[in-house]
Amino acid sequence: MNTKINFAGIEMKNPVTVASGTFGYGREFSNFFDLSKLGGIITKGTSLKPKSGNKPPRVCETASGMLNSIGLQNPGVEYFAENDLPFLRKFDTAIIVNVCGSTIDEYVELCKILNTLDIDGVELNLSCPNVKAGCMAFGNTYEGVKEVTSKVRKVIEKPLIVKLTPNVTNITEIAKAVEDAGADGVSLINTLLGMKIDINKRKPVLANNTGGLSGPAIKPVAVRMVYQVAQAVKIPILGMGGIVNGEDAIEFMLAGASAISIGAGNFISPTTSIDTIAQIEDYMRKNNIEDIHEIIGKVEMN
Amino acid sequence: MPVNIKAELIQKQEIGPEMLKYSVKAKEITDTAKTGQFIEIRVNDDIEPFLRRPISIYNIDKENGILEFIFQIKGKGTEILSKKREGDKIDILGPLGFGPFKYSNYQKLGIIGGGIGVFPLYELAKSAKSENKNVNIYLGFRNKDLVVLEDEFKGVSDKLKITTDDGSYAEKGFAIDFLKKDIEDGKIDSIFACGPLPMLRAVKQLAEEKEIPCQISLEERMACGLGVCLGCAVKTSKSTAENPEYWHVCKAGPVFQAKDVDI
Repeated sequence: MNTKINFAGIEMKNPVTVASGTFGYGREFSNFFDLSKLGGIITKGTSLKPKSGNKPPRVCETASGMLNSIGLQNPGVEYFAENDLPFLRKFDTAIIVNVCGSTIDEYVELCKILNTLDIDGVELNLSCPNVKAGCMAFGNTYEGVKEVTSKVRKVIEKPLIVKLTPNVTNITEIAKAVEDAGADGVSLINTLLGMKIDINKRKPVLANNTGGLSGPAIKPVAVRMVYQVAQAVKIPILGMGGIVNGEDAIEFMLAGASAISIGAGNFISPTTSIDTIAQIEDYMRKNNIEDIHEIIGKVEMN
Repeated sequence: MPVNIKAELIQKQEIGPEMLKYSVKAKEITDTAKTGQFIEIRVNDDIEPFLRRPISIYNIDKENGILEFIFQIKGKGTEILSKKREGDKIDILGPLGFGPFKYSNYQKLGIIGGGIGVFPLYELAKSAKSENKNVNIYLGFRNKDLVVLEDEFKGVSDKLKITTDDGSYAEKGFAIDFLKKDIEDGKIDSIFACGPLPMLRAVKQLAEEKEIPCQISLEERMACGLGVCLGCAVKTSKSTAENPEYWHVCKAGPVFQAKDVDI
């Protein structure tokens, strides 16, 4: 049985990765399982300089999911390179760094530093809904996405994946911008912008008022978008949005994802990611699937 | 180090209105658990409710590998948890938090709690008492019906003062006033607090006025409990509008030096 895939030029032993912002830089989860079992780890969104993040409350539960407004708190790329990357490199898994910036220059500067590091790829975050500048501000028009991606493409020497926001009218147009700018892959979806109100206080629960919705609540939206994007572009898709088990993962792959990410699912059980790998293998065994590639994009529409 | 286990519920006891004490077999957790730490419970295998419930540890029985926690039935998560029966398995992640209560350098402890914030203070009092510390406890409740664990706290203290806001039981007034008096009489060299935010703010202020070291246990909405989601942020005292600085309840806490945090 083959579960190996080459995603956008990155070799992975299986299609299961962990999504940015739900796995830190791996340390905490290494107490629960061998990180080498994962296809890849996508790091917490990392910026040029440290970021302190938003005021609390930053998270709250919603129906079959949660809202977050962390605000990209992270220690900055220098700290990451010195402290986290050497730790992550001890494991036999693909390391993909999620990067965020508030200006194009910042993304470019950051990518120049990443070129010097021993990493397998870069995921360009054009989709965080919780920061005022950058990110989603670039990510919701064809022109914006194409401009940032092209400028980053010129400097970055690693496989480049661009993470899309679902908070747009036409996701395929945005995905085409990524492809037209020469990126190697596209990942979707980031969180959906949402809000929860405390009816006793008559105020939003999150200090930032709005936040990104994740978890199984958003899965049908994510599956639909992955399917649409798969019809529109040739570059591979890293699918995510509410995956908590193998069945969910298979659904995304049938829709057209070549690999998947576990996000909020990491919060309900520390082993959701590796349990998902085992469940995918079970599905393959039961359905006599020799190679994982056999299911990618194989949904038959009515 | 935290572990994720399915722990058998061996005893279930109602200790107050909508308040349940659960005793579970959890040697893997009690072996390393420290006073002040907490656990996160996944109340069912479903995706609804989605997140784990953070709950403080009430008692760590290392010898028998039994962990006890108390929770109030407040929403759908704790409602489901309250339906568990003796013999059922409970999915527990813990012990969590890297900042436990640290009392070894002190002799005359002032432990103050309010409402459901009293639960994590029992293990603290018990541990300190077993090391021959002078343990003074001040517990405040809204009214007589909500007074819980009086005998239990009596058993692990040299002095126990209970207050109710409305005077329907024990002393009328606020627990902090009795703590303050004992500080002024030189009976207290350290403060440990857990309870509602207004109480914690008042305790922090009192500790600063009297120049007494003070540790407080905080809570904040959280998701992972492990230090990766960065949800449970607490502003540090050094934080400014231009340069905000946050720590996290599950990582630096849940117990903090009161002077280090801006609550």
